[in-house]
Amino acid sequence: MAAAASMMPIFGHQISSKIDLVPDWSREEVSTGTTIMAVEYDGGVVIGADSRTTTGAYIANRVTDKLTRIHDRIYCCRSGSAADTQAIAEVVSYQLGFHSVELDEPPLVETAANLFRASCYRYREELMAGILVAGWDRRKGGQLYCVPIGGMLVRQPVAVGGSGSTYIYGFMDSNYKPGLNKDQCLELTASALSLAMERDGSSGGVIRLASISEDGVERRVILGDQLPRFSTH
Amino acid sequence: MLGETEPQWLSEEVKTGTTIIAIEFNGGVVLGSDSRVSAGESVVNRVMNKLSPLHDKIYCALSGSAADAQTIAEAVNYQLDVHSMEIGEDPKVRSGATLVRNISYKYKEELSAHLIVAGWDKKDGGQVFATLNGLLTRQPFAVGGSGSSYVYGFVDAEYRKGMSKEECQQFVVNTLSLAMNRDGSSGGVAYLVTIDEHNTEEKVILGNDLPTFFDQ
Repeated sequence: MAAAASMMPIFGHQISSKIDLVPDWSREEVSTGTTIMAVEYDGGVVIGADSRTTTGAYIANRVTDKLTRIHDRIYCCRSGSAADTQAIAEVVSYQLGFHSVELDEPPLVETAANLFRASCYRYREELMAGILVAGWDRRKGGQLYCVPIGGMLVRQPVAVGGSGSTYIYGFMDSNYKPGLNKDQCLELTASALSLAMERDGSSGGVIRLASISEDGVERRVILGDQLPRFSTH
Repeated sequence: MLGETEPQWLSEEVKTGTTIIAIEFNGGVVLGSDSRVSAGESVVNRVMNKLSPLHDKIYCALSGSAADAQTIAEAVNYQLDVHSMEIGEDPKVRSGATLVRNISYKYKEELSAHLIVAGWDKKDGGQVFATLNGLLTRQPFAVGGSGSSYVYGFVDAEYRKGMSKEECQQFVVNTLSLAMNRDGSSGGVAYLVTIDEHNTEEKVILGNDLPTFFDQ
């Protein structure tokens, strides 16, 4: 999914620019203009994302998987630059895998989140990455950590991210309450993502959901025709 | 004094970074707004009523640049008064909305204000019109202002056709409260105006009486 570079050689001054001969989108950076969401429940965590990756106005991938495995029971939701987030996720996966072998036990979600934060903060000027780190460990159960652009780290019971997230803050605030069970969390996430995908041009496609608990990771996909529908659309 | 610079807000344009909403029900409309007016980071008025009357049963909700929005509202108020005297009866909501749209479109490069026009007339009952950027469209409900981005999901999910007057009022209050909690440029108190065939009711809901949500 690397950005398709313009294949034109550049000789000295570009006086007569041939740039108009290639479409706009081949010169844009690939971004996961996105909606991502995660919710903690007692015993685990639910994560969800849309599936659209754009280069400018072109949808480079309409079935992207933005829920990336970092470890057996730790996943991350990626938003921002596709290249940046993929690179960070690979680095953290490696670091966490090594750490887990040293420890000889499954790593903590908080450790994974701190590794993300370390990279995102150190290289904050160069990167554009907003990441939700979610998973289950034996010590604290289901946890969700937010690492937004800039490299802050904070644990939250529920979080949204990406360009489409602005449209669903109100929905999330009014519909989330502490003490929801796994199915309610899945329904809340699917509804919220559907609403955001309807309003945000950079979000769309299918909804990818996953629930992470002591028993493992359960993934599912909600296709376009099965998306939750509301009376206004 | 050399080296002393004035506070930023003295030179910033005054904006009603805002949340406004209007919704129609069978027999009337409900309009709502927050009350914050900001100039940069400073709140220059925390109790401004952004629901401005254009006529007895036609109100508009102001957002964007405070000066531009107020001027449009006052100009249209005058034009509607003249128009209603000429036709000898109360003006239609669509007439008020069209007058607002004409100004917004003609001066679209110079102005940066968005007005939502809503009211009741005897021909078409309760109506809500959006006039963003110089278009004119009738909608069952409309939201606007900087805070509206945060509540698009909420209003899309919660809106149902055929809500009663009380349900619409509750819907407006909930929406404003959610937006005011997330948007730094919206806040203060909530103003509500309910217009139907018989009367026009203005109400203020103070900060501590607004609905609260799970993290408050």
